[in-house]
Amino acid sequence: MTDALSRLLADRDWLMADGATGTTLFNMGLQSGDAPELWNADHPDRIRALYRGAVDAGSDIFLTNSFGGTAARLKLHEAQGRVGDLNQRAAELGREVADAAGRPVVVAGSMGPTGEIMAPMGPLTHETAVEMFHEQAEGLKAGGADVLWVETISAPEEYRAAAEAAALAGMPWVGTMSFDTAGRTMMGVTSADMVTLVGKLDHAPLAFGANCGVGASDLLRTVLGFSAMGPEIPVVAKGNAGIPKYVDGHIHYDGTPELMAHYAVLARDAGATIIGGCCGTTADHLRAMRAALETTPRGPRPTLEQITGTLGGFSSSSDGTGPADPSTQRPRRRRRG
Amino acid sequence: MADEEDDIILSELETEELVLQMHDDLYDGLRDEIEEGVNILLERGWAPYKVLTEALVAGMTIVGNDFRDGILFVPEVLLAANAMKAGMSILKPLLAETGAPRMGKMVIGTVKGDIHDIGKNLVSMMMEGAGFEVVDLGINNPVEKYIEAAQQEEADIVGMSALLTTTMPYMKVVIDAMVAQGIRDDYIVLVGGAPLNEEFGRAIGADAYCRDAAVAVETAKKFIARKHNAIAAG
Repeated sequence: MTDALSRLLADRDWLMADGATGTTLFNMGLQSGDAPELWNADHPDRIRALYRGAVDAGSDIFLTNSFGGTAARLKLHEAQGRVGDLNQRAAELGREVADAAGRPVVVAGSMGPTGEIMAPMGPLTHETAVEMFHEQAEGLKAGGADVLWVETISAPEEYRAAAEAAALAGMPWVGTMSFDTAGRTMMGVTSADMVTLVGKLDHAPLAFGANCGVGASDLLRTVLGFSAMGPEIPVVAKGNAGIPKYVDGHIHYDGTPELMAHYAVLARDAGATIIGGCCGTTADHLRAMRAALETTPRGPRPTLEQITGTLGGFSSSSDGTGPADPSTQRPRRRRRG
Repeated sequence: MADEEDDIILSELETEELVLQMHDDLYDGLRDEIEEGVNILLERGWAPYKVLTEALVAGMTIVGNDFRDGILFVPEVLLAANAMKAGMSILKPLLAETGAPRMGKMVIGTVKGDIHDIGKNLVSMMMEGAGFEVVDLGINNPVEKYIEAAQQEEADIVGMSALLTTTMPYMKVVIDAMVAQGIRDDYIVLVGGAPLNEEFGRAIGADAYCRDAAVAVETAKKFIARKHNAIAAG
């Protein structure tokens, strides 16, 4: 147990991760359409400020500014030749901020989806996906990331490719998926499916879970789905600060710091060990979450009614894990092999 | 399923039975079977347009409905769309020869400032699956690109996608420019993307907001039918 995250997990019974990267960078002047990763080289001061915001608000873990750092994503900005450099810088800036924190803080090297659809449905082969994630992982490792943090994945094939890349880089990793379609990922993975998927990997993650998706309520329903399966490794909950609303020409997330504080406590009661935010979660939200986690005693596992009563309704009636409703089964003539 | 049911021979089925079988095969994403079925129907004297609408488009409608209802997910839909496309590539030259009515043509792209493309790609594939012609402009499209392409391609539909709350307002810029040039009503404007909603679609002057790719197809069909009716009514 040599990595920083395993040490923290051994010491503490909950950890707080960070909040939104994109939301924060847009507030610092990032223009939509520009690659946030380029700022690792062009505006290192702003990236340090992003990381410090999370650390100062009490995060034990923060994610590097490298979500779109695979060659597949950087190619959209003609920066596919800079994968190693941009990821290394993202992690180096993180290392600097974490080492100056005065307490153990984990630098988690963020790795987002390639954005391409994997074979046989789409053009991306397993080999190419592994190669792209591996290239990014080596950059993050060279910059001093403590762990790799794979997030917002929807396809099981892509999750497996990331696991293989982490193994090739010799790095511990954490991997979360985004459950945004009727309780499942876009590719149809349920919370229970993910527990099974994680259990079958050769290079198992240190923790697994859910991030982004629809709202905080949906995310907690997914966490309940994970913990109901009795997983052997810690669960991550990183939900959005409410739902984006369009008001007078501007967009804002409707989740207040107070709401996210309730969310954090409920997430822990639902079985999550690592709790953070995603889109719309600012330092103010994180401070409220940290305070609530420190001052609120653990409670019983929340019911779905308690979750919706506190955080608002779900986006779909079911999370897809229960037995299929017979009325939704199409009468089939026969199935061919 | 019992193994003995696995060797149904398509060419031995009655035509009515065969069409239902093709709906199932589309549902299961069986590309070779769809190609075979299309060829059999053509050999039996079906017009290409009838094959397209009654065997393929009708089958994809079932797939689309189950996707909308959360019964099927993206992987199944992509496999079905691939099978549909295989059948479509047999029909395409024949449809042109026979002067069959067009389903419609769509120009689609992600708006300026936004580089997300999975949702847009899904809509493209589902629209093609439903028999529409699709011209994909890719990501990060400025106003001029949409308007130029719509005019050049003589499109019926302009589709815009945005995944960021910071880029969705750009859709209004495009629609406003169309209004200013007096061409807004020449096109059906459909918008989509995770952070959007119906209210937003109305506020910016789009014809409709489409929650997902299946809804986009249904909405496109509805508007195209309405347009044809209006033309017929003169």
